[in-house]
Amino acid sequence: MQLFKNKKAKRDVILIAALLLISALLFVLLHHNEVGAGVVVRVEGEEIARYSLSQSGTYSLNGGTNTLVIENDEAYLSDADCPDLLCVNQGSIKYTGECITCLPNKLTVTVFGAEENGIDAAVS
Amino acid sequence: MKTKRLALMAMAIALAMILSYVESQIPPLMAIPGIKMGLPNILVVFVLYKLGWKDALVISLVRVFLVSVLFGSVLSLAYSAAGAVISFLGMFFMKKSNLFSTVAVSVVGGVLHNAAQIGVACLVMDTNLITYYLPFLMLSGTVAGILIGLASALMVNRVKIEL
Repeated sequence: MQLFKNKKAKRDVILIAALLLISALLFVLLHHNEVGAGVVVRVEGEEIARYSLSQSGTYSLNGGTNTLVIENDEAYLSDADCPDLLCVNQGSIKYTGECITCLPNKLTVTVFGAEENGIDAAVS
Repeated sequence: MKTKRLALMAMAIALAMILSYVESQIPPLMAIPGIKMGLPNILVVFVLYKLGWKDALVISLVRVFLVSVLFGSVLSLAYSAAGAVISFLGMFFMKKSNLFSTVAVSVVGGVLHNAAQIGVACLVMDTNLITYYLPFLMLSGTVAGILIGLASALMVNRVKIEL
């Protein structure tokens, strides 16, 4: 019985180690260490705006549900009308692929890289 | 015998609902949507081991429905229900394999719960950007699952039920 139990515990540890390894791998795969060129704002998957990270400013998003601030090459949401304010607490983003999500307003702010030349495309 | 089972189920659901409420009062450790302890899952694992999978499924679904109706919204019902069903399936097969203890069963439940919620979020927000959170949610699901699994194991070992 003791041996049987130990076997189970051993498998538990292996499974947990595997899961931790996978999440570490995913982290490495999904995250980059290059500073992005700008941020793209989407509501329900539809792009509503793009802003350059090098240009400081405060923008009202999505009819005022969220407020985006860009300064020092970083973007963050300074205010939102949702009760939990998780998006505000997520802090600032600047690396390519990083994002801030506001689930109640179905809004995301994502950093895109320089090679995507997103800003030029949006302006023209 | 039947009455006793009914009373037990009602108590388990009530406890799970209270734990849902307690959990909602705990401020999130990290500002990532979806990170939580999963306290009500203690009851689901407990019933899964003590009364069987049918009763555990009932507890899980009834609790999710009641909590969403009372404190949540239609959208929160979609998130919770997807998480509850997928995590239940995972825990069911984990237990059935008889290869792992309650800890691994609950870890799989936690990770799948978070994965399912990310899936629903991707559908609702029509974007795959949320996969950015996947590593964090897998990590938090694993850690929370370990703690919940240990708590469930204590309950399974100590609470005696005679039906």
